[in-house]
Amino acid sequence: MDAEPLLEMRGISKTFVGTKALANVDLAVHAGELHALMGENGAGKSTLMRILAGVERADPGGEIRLAGHPVDIEDPRRARNLGIVVVHQELALAPNLSVAENLFLGHEHSRFGILRRRQMERECRVVLDRLGVDLAPMERVGHLSIAERQLVEIARALLAQSRVLVLDEPTTALSTRETDRLFDILRELRSGGLALIYISHRMAEVALLADRVTVLRDGRLVGVLDRRAIDSDEIVRLMVGREVTSLYPRTRLRERQDATILEVRGVADRHRVRSCSLVLHPGEVLGIAGMVGAGRTELARLLYGADERIAGEVYLNGTPLPPSDPRASIRAGLAYLTEDRAALGLFAAMSVSDNVNIAVIAADARAGGLLNRGRAAERSESTIANLRLRALPSATAGTLSGGNQQKLLLARCLQPGPRVLILDEPTRGIDIGAKAEIYRIIDSLAATGVGIILISSELPEIVGLADRVLVMRDGELVAELSGSEVTQEAIISLATGATRPRLH
Amino acid sequence: MALHDSEGHRRILRSLGMLPVLIGLGGAIQIATRVFTGEGRFLAAQNLSIVAQQASINIVLSAGMTFVILTGGIDLSVGSMLAAAAMVSMLVSLDHGSAGILGGLFAGLILGLANGSLIALLRLPPFIVTLGSLTAVRGMARLMGGDTTVANPDLAFEFLGNGSIPLIPGVVGIPWLAALALSVILVSWFVLRRTVLGTWIYAIGGNPAAARLSGVPVRRVLLFVYAVSGVCAGLGGVMSAARLYAANGQQLGQSYELDAIAAVILGGTSFVGGIGSIWGTLVGALIIAVLSNGLILVGVSDVWQMIVKGLVIVGAVALDRYRSRGGART
Repeated sequence: MDAEPLLEMRGISKTFVGTKALANVDLAVHAGELHALMGENGAGKSTLMRILAGVERADPGGEIRLAGHPVDIEDPRRARNLGIVVVHQELALAPNLSVAENLFLGHEHSRFGILRRRQMERECRVVLDRLGVDLAPMERVGHLSIAERQLVEIARALLAQSRVLVLDEPTTALSTRETDRLFDILRELRSGGLALIYISHRMAEVALLADRVTVLRDGRLVGVLDRRAIDSDEIVRLMVGREVTSLYPRTRLRERQDATILEVRGVADRHRVRSCSLVLHPGEVLGIAGMVGAGRTELARLLYGADERIAGEVYLNGTPLPPSDPRASIRAGLAYLTEDRAALGLFAAMSVSDNVNIAVIAADARAGGLLNRGRAAERSESTIANLRLRALPSATAGTLSGGNQQKLLLARCLQPGPRVLILDEPTRGIDIGAKAEIYRIIDSLAATGVGIILISSELPEIVGLADRVLVMRDGELVAELSGSEVTQEAIISLATGATRPRLH
Repeated sequence: MALHDSEGHRRILRSLGMLPVLIGLGGAIQIATRVFTGEGRFLAAQNLSIVAQQASINIVLSAGMTFVILTGGIDLSVGSMLAAAAMVSMLVSLDHGSAGILGGLFAGLILGLANGSLIALLRLPPFIVTLGSLTAVRGMARLMGGDTTVANPDLAFEFLGNGSIPLIPGVVGIPWLAALALSVILVSWFVLRRTVLGTWIYAIGGNPAAARLSGVPVRRVLLFVYAVSGVCAGLGGVMSAARLYAANGQQLGQSYELDAIAAVILGGTSFVGGIGSIWGTLVGALIIAVLSNGLILVGVSDVWQMIVKGLVIVGAVALDRYRSRGGART
């Protein structure tokens, strides 16, 4: 690593109205290096990458060098021409177009304005082969899985002859198997001489893949670790700025509960979920694990009535829930935290207070449906205090960080005082500080007797929090683990089908 | 501190919305009338009263349209509903006098509920449903009067169209039309900002899927907003009938839906829903009325009036986008 870095960002600062998002940050990445960029949400990773991609301009004084030459990245087009490509968390593909059309979007081969479809398909196939991806060039992107779309994005970067490839949280929506394949591809690209910048919250991935790690905190560079020095405790300490004593608190008593708060018998939908049954006890955290696509979210939505159940029954405290009526579920004491914060959860243009109160304004209202603003203010203020939300009640929800938005949605779920809480990927894409907060809340809710169903792709989370784990595969609950049986290895082998499930 | 100040100024400017445009427009027209006609006729009390009356029917329709657009919908049928409601109110008034007012409002309510049922219960797209009723309801309006004008020279509620509420008797009054329009705006503000229903309307426009999962009764709210739009069109019909002592199913309310939509958009309400205010709509409707009135005062031909009006609407929205760039996107 003594050679000159391919990409060098020096003394980069960025000031937004009133706040300093980045202060004098350096980043150096060599060709053939996979460089992890870590930090809590709001630490400045995204801002730094937006500057690299030409979406934002840095404050004067900093410098970006590519292969030793200073470059001025004034817009995204310039970045692309320089060979800098960012694969975003929200993928930027047109779902209505084919794989080949997406790959060439904006740089179509044409002759006299007529597309040279055949040639584009041929080149597309070459790139896909190089990635070892088995996709038809004419397949519509809308039909592809998230993992496949990501590969299309990477293929697009290869086609653009990129030299620097930035991946922003690429594994968030991927299953373990898809993740492994992505890693193989990244290693391949690295040995091909690409400079890779890898943004992730997942310590295990970084430890596995990264050659070096740059850690940011509050817009400042707090450390650059070499391969040999990469150590998850050290990284967490740098990111948080304090020791994280125990990520998964357990203050509640673990005792065998015989009472049942939620009983599910043979529920099914039209597509994926087949005859699932389960029982939940008060004060229990029940994990549901499985690969992406196993049907966990679909099952959760069926229990809540967000999608229509075509078979089976759900009893909450003995009361049957109607097959498709979230309102009735809320009234019965069920709450559901969606996995898709932006699309299905947040009212981005509304205030923090409105977001917290939306499910209870009718119950709180004075005669004639008049808003009870005093009660709403109490609720939003106690939420902000209890969940350590860094925002004013009047702030627009869309301006909060991911972690604060997630806490906000959790607070909304808690307002009606649920007896059963279904949490679907409650810590997806949020920083470690907010995660710890959410784990603390889960534990204290369970301690008060709330039954919790926890769906998560992060196995340490499931293992750390759940009293009992159900493993889901291909739309069915195939196994139950409890006590000392709950290990990451056991879950993975059951979820992938490596182990024959124990029928129960 | 300096940063906070400029942020504060920006926020105030944003909350004013199109008001500066309205004031600037009024000033420009006042100057133009002075230059072209020798006297500043725009700001004369009598002319302002005329502007208020001309604006009032559009204000009422725009208020209903604001409810609909805030949920992310659209109601193209308000002009036709206005015509049908005016016909009903005239026909009822021939035998039952002031009951014509209730007849018109009721007609609007029924038509609005019909739109709302198709949209909320059968989940048809609002654009398609109200495009259909734009035509069908127009046909009904013509059918009711046997395709002729229904007139009632002894209209019991003509005061609504032509009378004033005396504030200082014999000196200053406020036209009934303007009073009705203002009341509709005030009630709309109250519903949107002070009731559960209003919050639900913003929530549905902002994120319909999240609204449903949060227990918002989405269908009932949608039914409500289209009913509101219908009742507003009904009131608009009563106001038109009262003003003219007559109603004609074919001509009345032609393309009123476009002025109403223009007022809502000029007022800064997002076309995709969830963002906007009733005050903005009031200012938007006034901009349209002031512009029409001013162009007539200055003596611009009606051909040019149309061209200028269209350009001003687009230009004002473009200005607003430019000004609020960096703020919330709508």
